Amino acid sequence: MKVVVNVSLKEGVLDPQGKAVHHALGSLGFNEVKDVRIGKRIVLDIDGENKEEIKSRVKDMCEELLANTVIEDYFIEVE
Amino acid sequence: MRAAVIVFPGTNCEFDTKYALNKLSFEVDMVWHKKESLRDDLDLVVLPGGFSYGDYLRSGAISKFAPIMKAVMEYAKKGGYVLGICNGFQILLESHMLPGAMMKNRNVHFISKYHGLKVINNNNKFLSKTKVGDILKVPIAHGEGNYYIDSDSLKSLYDNEQVILKYCDENGEDLNPNGSVDSIAGICNREKNIFGLMPHPERAVESILGSVDGIKMLEGFLS
Repeated sequence: MKVVVNVSLKEGVLDPQGKAVHHALGSLGFNEVKDVRIGKRIVLDIDGENKEEIKSRVKDMCEELLANTVIEDYFIEVE
Repeated sequence: MRAAVIVFPGTNCEFDTKYALNKLSFEVDMVWHKKESLRDDLDLVVLPGGFSYGDYLRSGAISKFAPIMKAVMEYAKKGGYVLGICNGFQILLESHMLPGAMMKNRNVHFISKYHGLKVINNNNKFLSKTKVGDILKVPIAHGEGNYYIDSDSLKSLYDNEQVILKYCDENGEDLNPNGSVDSIAGICNREKNIFGLMPHPERAVESILGSVDGIKMLEGFLS
């Protein structure tokens, strides 16, 4: 089963990469962009059928490794 | 005195660190990350700088699961002294041995240069040979040294004298190279036996290279 984990900096935590990209977009004339936040997309291919069980295992993976919950939020999508 | 320098795949400051510690008369063992135990007669464990595991996922994120880290955590739990320099500091944060987290530098550039450092607290072994307010000149070399901690935890860091070093200019005024909260360059745990800093004291031990202030810092561990 394919599971996608989106990891992004928490709201309120300044995103230096997002800020740099926002600035670059502005220099290119894309002045309508109000804010840019950059995150990570982690795609996992997992053995198993039980969606709930898989989701709970992936949550453990996020807490232990995939995200640093001091600064990052994560969102799990089971496809 | 005996120190262990932990080496991960991608570590690149282990020989500088050994050189500096040898200069201070430490006997130094290089300890490969796959080892599961440490000698029991150590006075210091250093996690040196570099790019352990290629900084994959996040700096220090993979290293915390290296077999040797369990031994390092046990050593620290028993009161042993642990120093994390640069990537070593990032590993200590990812392992939750120190509070907070590291983000990309505010300007998104890798910064490599000498920088001023101000001693904020010397009520700890590491900086016991320095004075509060001392201005040290030590190299920094990092892309992810932007220290973040939430405001409640920051207050508790100050209350417990855990903020030990801040970035400054040559006159001691705040000068923040990377966006760190309150220009923080180094901290310790509440028990004051685990230390982390982004600057490289081991690169400031020969006057011909521009500074010997690193000696003043590291020799605290000799006492």
